[in-house]
Amino acid sequence: MKSSVIVFPGSNCDRDVAVALEKFQIKNQMVWHDESNLPKSDLVEIKNQMVWHDESNLPKSDLVVLPGGFSYGDYLRTGCIASKSRIINDVLKHANRGGLVLGICNGFQILIETGLLPGVLLRNKKLRFLSKNVFLKVINVNSKFCLNYNKKNIIKLPIAHNEGNYFANNALLKKLEDRNLIAFKYCNEKGDINNTSNPNGSSNNIAGILNNGKNILGMMPHPERLIDPLLSGEDGSIMFESLLKSH
Amino acid sequence: MKITPDIINNHGIKPHEYKKIISLIGKEPNLLELGIFSAMWNEHCSYKSSKKYLKTLPTKNKKVIQGPGENAGVVDIEDGDALVFKIESHNHPSYIEPYQGAATGVGGILRDVFTMGARPIATLNSIHFGNHNHPKTKNLLNGVVSGIGGYGNCIGIPTVGGEVKFDNSYNENILVNAMAVGLVKKNKIFYSKAKKVNQPVIYVGSKTGRDGIHGASMASAEFDENADEKKPTVQVGDPFTEKLLLEACLELMKDDSIISIQDMGAAGLTSSSVEMASKGNLGIEIDLDKVPCREEKMTPYEMMLSESQERMLLILNSGKEENAKKIFNKWGLDFSIIGKTTSSKNLVLNFNRKEVANLPLSSLSSDAPVYDRKWKKNLISKKKNLPKDFKSLKISESLKKILISPNNSEKSWVWEQYDHTVMGDTVQKPGGDSSVIRIHEKNKGVAMTVDSSSHYCLADPITGGKQVVCEAWRNLISVGSKPIAITNCLNFGSPEKDEIMGQFVETIDGISQACKYLDFPVVSGNVSFYNETQSKAISPTPTIGGVGLIKNLDYMTTINLKEIGSYILVVGKTLGHLYQSEFFREVLEIKDGPPPEINLFNEKNNGLLIQTLISKKLVNSVHDISSGGILVALSEMCISGKIGANIKVPRNNISLHEYLFGEDQSRYLIEINEENNVEVSKILEKNNIYYEIIGKTQKDSLYLNNEFNIKLNDLSELNSFWFRNYFKEN
Repeated sequence: MKSSVIVFPGSNCDRDVAVALEKFQIKNQMVWHDESNLPKSDLVEIKNQMVWHDESNLPKSDLVVLPGGFSYGDYLRTGCIASKSRIINDVLKHANRGGLVLGICNGFQILIETGLLPGVLLRNKKLRFLSKNVFLKVINVNSKFCLNYNKKNIIKLPIAHNEGNYFANNALLKKLEDRNLIAFKYCNEKGDINNTSNPNGSSNNIAGILNNGKNILGMMPHPERLIDPLLSGEDGSIMFESLLKSH
Repeated sequence: MKITPDIINNHGIKPHEYKKIISLIGKEPNLLELGIFSAMWNEHCSYKSSKKYLKTLPTKNKKVIQGPGENAGVVDIEDGDALVFKIESHNHPSYIEPYQGAATGVGGILRDVFTMGARPIATLNSIHFGNHNHPKTKNLLNGVVSGIGGYGNCIGIPTVGGEVKFDNSYNENILVNAMAVGLVKKNKIFYSKAKKVNQPVIYVGSKTGRDGIHGASMASAEFDENADEKKPTVQVGDPFTEKLLLEACLELMKDDSIISIQDMGAAGLTSSSVEMASKGNLGIEIDLDKVPCREEKMTPYEMMLSESQERMLLILNSGKEENAKKIFNKWGLDFSIIGKTTSSKNLVLNFNRKEVANLPLSSLSSDAPVYDRKWKKNLISKKKNLPKDFKSLKISESLKKILISPNNSEKSWVWEQYDHTVMGDTVQKPGGDSSVIRIHEKNKGVAMTVDSSSHYCLADPITGGKQVVCEAWRNLISVGSKPIAITNCLNFGSPEKDEIMGQFVETIDGISQACKYLDFPVVSGNVSFYNETQSKAISPTPTIGGVGLIKNLDYMTTINLKEIGSYILVVGKTLGHLYQSEFFREVLEIKDGPPPEINLFNEKNNGLLIQTLISKKLVNSVHDISSGGILVALSEMCISGKIGANIKVPRNNISLHEYLFGEDQSRYLIEINEENNVEVSKILEKNNIYYEIIGKTQKDSLYLNNEFNIKLNDLSELNSFWFRNYFKEN
């Protein structure tokens, strides 16, 4: 599997997610935001020439990751300026072809600004930055990102954001619920989804959503930060294992 | 423009200092030159009142690569790795404009660290506020915490530890001390000393604006009733630009383009150019027309004294300019060749093709005034008779009062506003004795802590100075690290007063004694005087930032209780010292009397013994016993481990209150498995270490026979109540 992590000025979780991808042997390449093309998968061709030759019409990257951080300093509006970066054109093409796109934290904000995912991310209800471990219920365990969560659907991941309060109108919420496009909801240790287990005020406790094609996932929590028992858990690893398995 | 006594006074320069300027440079200075003197000779930059005493601190041992005098200190952490770290104050600006003041405090200390070639891996902070009922406190606390978070979160460096304290003495003078720690390869450290003549001097980073002009001079004077009018002297931070500057500098540092580098911090372009050239015993010539300016028609005076943030001054090997420029352009930053090194040993400034200033560098650095200020010994408050009735107070009620007080409350309201897990290496989060960051892709870690104890220091500066060093040492020991070195931030009132100077001199004496005994040198730091308003000074507040090495993270320890049915031991002797304790302050409102004494011999022995137990994997959890005494420390272990304890107080000559709330020093609480009890006792006895078994862990509650049985949930609810209530959340 080959992934590309897009680096914007002000991205600050790019290294963390690259470490996670490489830990799970997903061949990763950093891409500067100003490039106009995603890299060619030459490494994979060398390594898995036969496979790639057969699949020559597939996108050049299997997975594109938009990492967390403060792209362009969050100026104007979180994710807004990054969504107009040159590379985004190719990300859009990749996404529209059905390629996998994962947006984490600021990456989720960027995905919303590009229109690849619906809704908006407002400031947290308590109007302050929030950095802590939260419990999540994995709602959709069928997407390529979350396959392996079918064995464990209440998980713990860290959040670290100021604008993670997902808002959608009732019609959109209904659509997300009906079509099973909600990836994660905030819950408590027991899996209860309610106001007290909602850290930031998100509509229906939503922590992450999928697009219609379920090839794009945007999420506020950081799976790349819990991939090691020393870091108080490995629930993030399950996502990367799912991606590998689905491939 | 004629230099009048008024102008001299407005620059914070005393008449006798002005005379000295004239004799040093052989002429009357022009306004620009006077401004430069004011920037370099103020207390903040020149250390004129503190230098004499700072020299007495131990600054070397075989781990120290770079002691005080550079942008930050550097210590060896083996395998070719080194740690770069420093703490600095941003007190005055934070009181005037809490968000920007605190934010730029973080930005400034981060630049000090990456200037040396290190990638910052963590920041910590120590923040002090006035009484929580003071009308300004809530706003200041909120602003400072958002400012620290706003900067650190954006640049993407975890804020992993610190302390938040409240005391009346900070009502009009809050303290914001920020510490940064960075990681560098031992053979890739960059310094500020210029070398070789005719090498290009480069300005990189943000443009220069009119913000922060004379910031350092402001920080070198006490506040009057018009403190709010000083707002324009506070700088405005842009963490986004700093992130770009960080990445660009580290990219350029991969090869050998840079001869020397210095950030433009306090006193901006003036101090950076003067320091680099004078350290290299060279001269420097700057063409001010080349300085990138944010605003139109900026004068040389404004350019030289601006404290605009996110700027660096580099001296490159000539010929490397083009490659360097490419890197800074890629990151969207200004890059301008503004001058060159010379052999003149003078600072020469040109503007509009005219020479506008010409000063011998020695007059700004080595010949700057140094004072031997008068000082007075502090009277140590005597023990009075204890009030008789305190023994009738219920232990459980007293414990609750302490746990619910602002100073002893659990501080997650604060540290949850800081991204403390970015970079993926935070293996011990805020809330323990020290924070621990793993060295990226290795199984070793760095422990770090910041500590202060102003109550102890006010009551007895020598003991207080020793205590705060020992506290840092103990906190580092408790997580399984070997303490290496410290950085200190010395916050005091006006050095022009004998008794304040006395506090300073004696505190340094205490710090120095402890550092020498523990082989725990001071490698960097900063002095902040004039923390006073209308002649009311803060309590003396030395803040100590300590770092330690955990060679193998399998041996890291934490404070949370681990198992039901294990033993709880107090290591170290409990004498029951209650003066200056949280019990006296919070429950009985007694604020006088001496602080607990420090016995450095016991401190070292007890600490080393704990290290031995950890290295033999004999302990489940460790917590040092500090403010609040045994019972508060044990409560914290219970709350974080979600495990209770059933305790008995050993028979001795002191009362229950003295035993449980006494703040005798050099003690630890440890949890050990039943089967290790014999071995642990043997080791303790063999080494003549005093210890007592005080009980066992159990489910759900903290229990003391005939006294109390408090449910864990209630305990943790009490401890987290204050902040939520203060900010009316939930």
